[in-house]
Amino acid sequence: MLAFTLRRLLQAIGVMLAVGVIAFAMFRFAGDPVNQMVSIDTSAAQRAEIRHSLGLDDPVLVQFGRYFINALQFKFGVSYQFRLPVSSLLAERLPATLELSICATVLAMVAGILMGVYSALRRDTILARLFQAISLIGISLPTFLIGILLIYLFAVTLGWLPSFGRGEVVKLGWWSTGLLTVSGWKAIIMPAITLGLFQMTLIMRLVRAEMLEVLRTDYIRFARARGLTTRAIHFGHALKNTLVPVITVAGLQFGSVIAFSIITETVFQWPGMGLLFVQAVQNVDIPIMAAYLLMVSLIFVTINLVVDILYTVVDPRLRSTVSRAA
Amino acid sequence: MSDAVVPHRSEDHPQAPAGWFKRALDSDIFYSFRRSRLTMVAAVITLLFFLLAIFASWLAVQNPFDPAQLQLMNSRIAPLWTADGQSPFLLGTDEQGRDVLSAILFGLRISLAVGLAGVVFAGALGIALGLVAGYFGGAVDSVIMRIADVQLTFPAILIALLVNGVAKSLLGNRLDEMSTLGVLIIAIGLSFWVQYARTVRGSVMVEKNKDYVAAAQLIGLPAPKILLRHVLPNTMGPILVIATINLALAIITEATLSFLGAGMPDTMPSLGTLIRIGNNYLFAGEWWIVAFPGIALAGLILSINLLGDWLRDALNPKLR
Repeated sequence: MLAFTLRRLLQAIGVMLAVGVIAFAMFRFAGDPVNQMVSIDTSAAQRAEIRHSLGLDDPVLVQFGRYFINALQFKFGVSYQFRLPVSSLLAERLPATLELSICATVLAMVAGILMGVYSALRRDTILARLFQAISLIGISLPTFLIGILLIYLFAVTLGWLPSFGRGEVVKLGWWSTGLLTVSGWKAIIMPAITLGLFQMTLIMRLVRAEMLEVLRTDYIRFARARGLTTRAIHFGHALKNTLVPVITVAGLQFGSVIAFSIITETVFQWPGMGLLFVQAVQNVDIPIMAAYLLMVSLIFVTINLVVDILYTVVDPRLRSTVSRAA
Repeated sequence: MSDAVVPHRSEDHPQAPAGWFKRALDSDIFYSFRRSRLTMVAAVITLLFFLLAIFASWLAVQNPFDPAQLQLMNSRIAPLWTADGQSPFLLGTDEQGRDVLSAILFGLRISLAVGLAGVVFAGALGIALGLVAGYFGGAVDSVIMRIADVQLTFPAILIALLVNGVAKSLLGNRLDEMSTLGVLIIAIGLSFWVQYARTVRGSVMVEKNKDYVAAAQLIGLPAPKILLRHVLPNTMGPILVIATINLALAIITEATLSFLGAGMPDTMPSLGTLIRIGNNYLFAGEWWIVAFPGIALAGLILSINLLGDWLRDALNPKLR
């Protein structure tokens, strides 16, 4: 168990190191940092001086070491476009992205589980067919089209919801939240639906398939034979057993939700990290791109690690098979 | 998928083109195709989109990439069937006086071209790496598969955006429309190779222990020849399925990149670029500039996805 955890931890560190090399290579070789900082009429001598003061004439390995140590302290350099430290830019926008991602995930889980259970229990009703159709749309349509469609319906035509921004924001220390104001709640509805739709369809399909499978097992038949109510069988026994894989998938998908918020944030002009990243790609702001890559990788790797370890804690059968396979 | 190991396989070979055609009509795949009406509709729509893209220059009333043909007098005209419609602009015009239908036809061409080329590039890269990893095993295998594992945890769109940003930074001002096209294809290829590599590696590891590979090795064929001529054809079934589903994903990725402003420029728009441009006019009530490119993109992706789903089921022996 300990050996497995340690091996997984080492693997995670290895992945982060590899991503770190890529981020450093981007930072150092794609786009000359000096050119971005000076004006056209800076002399060659001045350029060399800046180069020296930034340590850009040191051996590459020394530079990588420095980048690495700085990154450990969350120092990612200065943004070319904003002339501000990247870490403070990211920290300022982190709450918006996390709030949106969490709302989208909660929405996806609640709606996905409800729809999945319903379409497993009442397979041939019109509503179940409708859910299936929605899930086909959720998987086939690009996120940004769904967002535009929602904006056209609820912001342009009906005028119920705002089409961009977070609404009024309340400061809680360094964290800014939109969830304490009415306008904040109104503003998050459409982005959360847009972002969560794909995960919702995924969870719905998973719950439906798992429920159908569980309902065929012997212990459900036995529960029926014992004369338990349908409600107790469906929700007390069947649903409970489908929830383990659902929670795993939702957990693993959380990283993708954060990454996919790039698109949703652009459609709704949501002031989060994703929007910052897209603007960085458009304006070739390499330090922000590298830092975003590192941050998202850290989130991904941590989630995967935690899920892997939790799995072996929850399910003892996995311990032996995992160590045999590895 | 493994007819190569059937001993009397020479009899299966077609004698004449007519025999080949008849055999195709009799096949299980064509049977399952004829049985599913939805698949047939999807196939017709996909074919229609491809034809529209190929014959765009003949069908369009103007060349939307040629600024000389655009007139600002004609800007923001509503579709033909509304009160303000004007001939010949069936689906209206955008703010530059560009005919929306013509722009869609040419944009469709770019979206399909980038999607197809991206899938081919991803396929070639993934198949090559998968063949090498599966056949040789050992250190090569673990290096390739570790890279694949790491990449699989990142969404394709993030990788494509990063590749795009780095390419932009390296090329700077030299980035014109054609090289943007190339960058997009490379970005999509680098984002989608993993699935091919994994699938091919898995099949190769099964196939390489079969007798026909041992026979080929015995008569002294070189490894590349064994891989390409003998092993690869036996792994093609699943690859075809992945390629079809990936075509839809590649088109979505290209459209998303263009929508985010990291893809095709306004001067040579793909469907995603058209949607980004049109999105700015949604609030002014000019819905047609964004609606029709959006419908075209959605229809294209949906029909390719339906084809992919059908192909997956038809080629899966477990479901027969």
